Amino acid sequence: MRFAIVRFPGTWSDRDTEHVLVNVLGQEAEIVWHQETSLTGFDAVVLPGGFSYGDYLRCGAIARFSPIMEEVVRAAEGGMPVIGICNGFQVLCESGLLPGALIRNRSLRFRCEWTHLLCESGESPWTAGIGEGEVLRVPISHGEGNYQADRATLDELEAAGRVVFRYCDEQGDVTPDSNPNGSARNIAGIRNEAGNVVGMMPHPERAGEELTGGADGNRIWRSVVEAAVGAAV
Amino acid sequence: MAVEQEALDAVALSREEYDLLVARLGREPNEVELGMFGSLWSEHCGYKNSRPLLRRFPSGGDRVLTRVGKENAGAIDIGDGWAVVMKVESHNHPSAIEPYEGAATGVGGIVRDIFAMGAYPIALLDSLRFGPLDEGNNRYLFEGVVGGIGGYGNCLGIPTVGGEVVVGGPYNGNPLVNAMCVGLVRADGIVSARASGEGNALLLVGADTGRDGIHGASGLASRTDPEARFEEMRPAVQVGNPFLEKMLMEACHELASEYRDWIVGLQDLGAAGLTSSVLECCARGEAGAVLDLERVPRREGGMTPYEVMLSESQERMLVIAKREHVADVEGLFERWEVDCIEIGHVTDGDEVVLREEGLEVGRVPVEVATEAPAYTRDGKRSLEALARSQANPGAFPDLRPEAASEALTALIARPNLASKREVFRQYDHQVLTNTVVPPGGDAAVLRVPGTSRGIAVATDGNGRYCQLDAHNGGAIAVAEAARNVVCTGARPVAVTDCLNFGAPENLEVYATLAGAVDGISAACEAFGTPVVSGNVSLYNESGGAPIWPTPVIGMLGVLEDVHAHLGAAFERAGAEVWLLGGTVEQPARTLAGSEYLEAVHGAVIGTPTVDLEAEARLHDLVLGANDAGLLLSAHDCSDGGLAIALAECCLLGGYGFAGEVEVEGRIDAALFGEGQGRIIVSARPEAGEGLGALAEGVGVPTTKLGVTTDEGMLRFGPIDADLEEVREAWESGLGL
Repeated sequence: MRFAIVRFPGTWSDRDTEHVLVNVLGQEAEIVWHQETSLTGFDAVVLPGGFSYGDYLRCGAIARFSPIMEEVVRAAEGGMPVIGICNGFQVLCESGLLPGALIRNRSLRFRCEWTHLLCESGESPWTAGIGEGEVLRVPISHGEGNYQADRATLDELEAAGRVVFRYCDEQGDVTPDSNPNGSARNIAGIRNEAGNVVGMMPHPERAGEELTGGADGNRIWRSVVEAAVGAAV
Repeated sequence: MAVEQEALDAVALSREEYDLLVARLGREPNEVELGMFGSLWSEHCGYKNSRPLLRRFPSGGDRVLTRVGKENAGAIDIGDGWAVVMKVESHNHPSAIEPYEGAATGVGGIVRDIFAMGAYPIALLDSLRFGPLDEGNNRYLFEGVVGGIGGYGNCLGIPTVGGEVVVGGPYNGNPLVNAMCVGLVRADGIVSARASGEGNALLLVGADTGRDGIHGASGLASRTDPEARFEEMRPAVQVGNPFLEKMLMEACHELASEYRDWIVGLQDLGAAGLTSSVLECCARGEAGAVLDLERVPRREGGMTPYEVMLSESQERMLVIAKREHVADVEGLFERWEVDCIEIGHVTDGDEVVLREEGLEVGRVPVEVATEAPAYTRDGKRSLEALARSQANPGAFPDLRPEAASEALTALIARPNLASKREVFRQYDHQVLTNTVVPPGGDAAVLRVPGTSRGIAVATDGNGRYCQLDAHNGGAIAVAEAARNVVCTGARPVAVTDCLNFGAPENLEVYATLAGAVDGISAACEAFGTPVVSGNVSLYNESGGAPIWPTPVIGMLGVLEDVHAHLGAAFERAGAEVWLLGGTVEQPARTLAGSEYLEAVHGAVIGTPTVDLEAEARLHDLVLGANDAGLLLSAHDCSDGGLAIALAECCLLGGYGFAGEVEVEGRIDAALFGEGQGRIIVSARPEAGEGLGALAEGVGVPTTKLGVTTDEGMLRFGPIDADLEEVREAWESGLGL
């Protein structure tokens, strides 16, 4: 499977994502500069973490106007798997592919630490291989990862099973203490209606090897690879 | 013409220095030239008070790829064709004035030093000192500095993996912010910071030049009584733009790693801006240069040549490009959306000539500018400090056994011993996915991507020890940093240092500076760890008095096999716990300069000591035992003593400990004495015999302390403490 990893000015998880996809999981991946206007030849798109445009103005607010984003929107609407991680999630929200917004952490401080995620929705190629109710251990690293939306939107997301991951404790209990940033209803990741677009604040590309702390993040990459193979059959 | 005293004060030159300058120049300098000489002859750029002392450091070795002081940072061969480039640098005064931006631009500056050498920065560490945190201004400085480090480093995508936060009265209002950066480069791909080749282009890349930071080097970092000028010097603090630095870093790295034959040199613009950058490159390349100042992109109109040459605007680099590749280099920076403009060219002369709109506005001989006068003094030991160092900690009554548990909990809640998690989780310590041992242990361990190797990095420095005995304090800083690295299974290989002291004109301060340099040198000799780079920050004063003399040591260690790394935490119940080096029973003198003594008796007295040979044997033992697969964990026994170290092993791992040895002699010294050269290890029971044999072979004393348990209790001698209570004290100690 061939992944496009979009690099905006200020992106920094591009190489980490490339490393885990290529060196750990044996997939093909290419870093695509934000000025590019084509995603031809790719099977999936990753909008990685970082500080696109320094997070100036508002996280993701400038990156959404990059030339490549028109193509990302088109690909998403055409059903291609798209995942936005951290800053990429913020870009997806800014560009209207996903509802809601990420605001400053409740603590008003940047937080880099391991979190536990309860997988709640398998109706996405990104999570189809992870059982609902399974717990993944994946780190966060952000100052503005506090997911918020109006009540109607949150209700709709939950009713439609579009909450993909929630922050939980080690046992999978969704508790206030396990919420690292104040996100509404402990939401860590959501998907679009079709399921092909997922946004999440935690960094699966940082949970790719036991040597560096854990490999649960690979479940997400493997899932999308298996879904693509399944679709092709 | 008699130059006004005011003009000399503005650039921090003495009348004698001015006369020397006129003699060497053969004429009076004009205003621009005077500003340039003042900056380059400042302590900050010219090291005029410290240079003779720094020559005492051992700086050579098989692994060393650079000559100390000749490049932006030191490079060390770590094997497999890779080199580590590292340096630590202070940003104390700017952080005292404007903590967020001061610390942020400190990070920015050290990062540029590393990528200027063609290396990709892979880790940051920050060694911080503050006055007591219960005072509002110190807390403001603390939170601002931590915020600035995170704000800049996180945005760059370089993990902050270690450092220290230490609190002490003498840092009141004058925090120390020492940032260390570590980069990786192919050993044959190191880029020099030099200008050579007549006609080659000087390209200024990155930010526009503004009026910020003028006199940062000469006015702020190199004069006595800095506090008095904090308000007026506020404009000398720069404002960082980490986003631009990120783009600059990526572009420079691509240039250096893929198109190195396009350039002859790469240099950052730091203290004294364009002035030091151009002149130092010319000095290294034995060349001259012509600068056309009207080409320098400016943030505002009306800037004078003086302002352009002395601006310390951040996020700028100087690229010395081969004439035939100027367009290629410009194209590369354009792709990264970073401005790049030719501002001059290299000549085969020995002067830097400044022109504006074709008119000459200054002419500076490279040699005169870059060879600042050097001063040596005869230091004078402070009688007050001498008296305290000779006082006997044993004169205080011993700790009562029934008060031992409470003392442990009270001590571990002190900011210097408390958990720093609330600080380091504000820093991204994982990006680049090389972090194997994260902050919170003895040293951070990073893998070297694409190899089986790893590196370990740690910083250490103890101003309290140095203030009592600068020589021993300097040696202990090296010993402890090396021990930290050893506790991860890495062999110490090289040192970078930052010397933070008061005004060198104060002979008592000078004596501590000289003493610390000698102590560092002795320890570096003993461990075979050359000093490959460093920085000096003088004129650090608090309330008119000098800060505690604070040399900070950054230590690099190498692991041949990164998978063999060790952590500090107890990893399982039922493991045997051993003390390697030294004994449980400690003489009262090991309380010298200890956290315990200051906390309980309000005293900073005694003489801390270290046996460097015994220390080196201990390091060999731990590394040998780890190579033999005998160890589960290792933790340095240092600040707070044996009981604190045991508590940390328990808290980090979530296991308890049950002691099996009698605690004899003075209880306070045994539990909280800070005798050097001791490491706590845990091992499988069957490993005990092998460990004992190895220890006997190298002549290191060992004591089996007890076993790890899965009960939440720490039991050791008179201590019987509930670890949940200890944890609460430990985690809340910083008050964040």
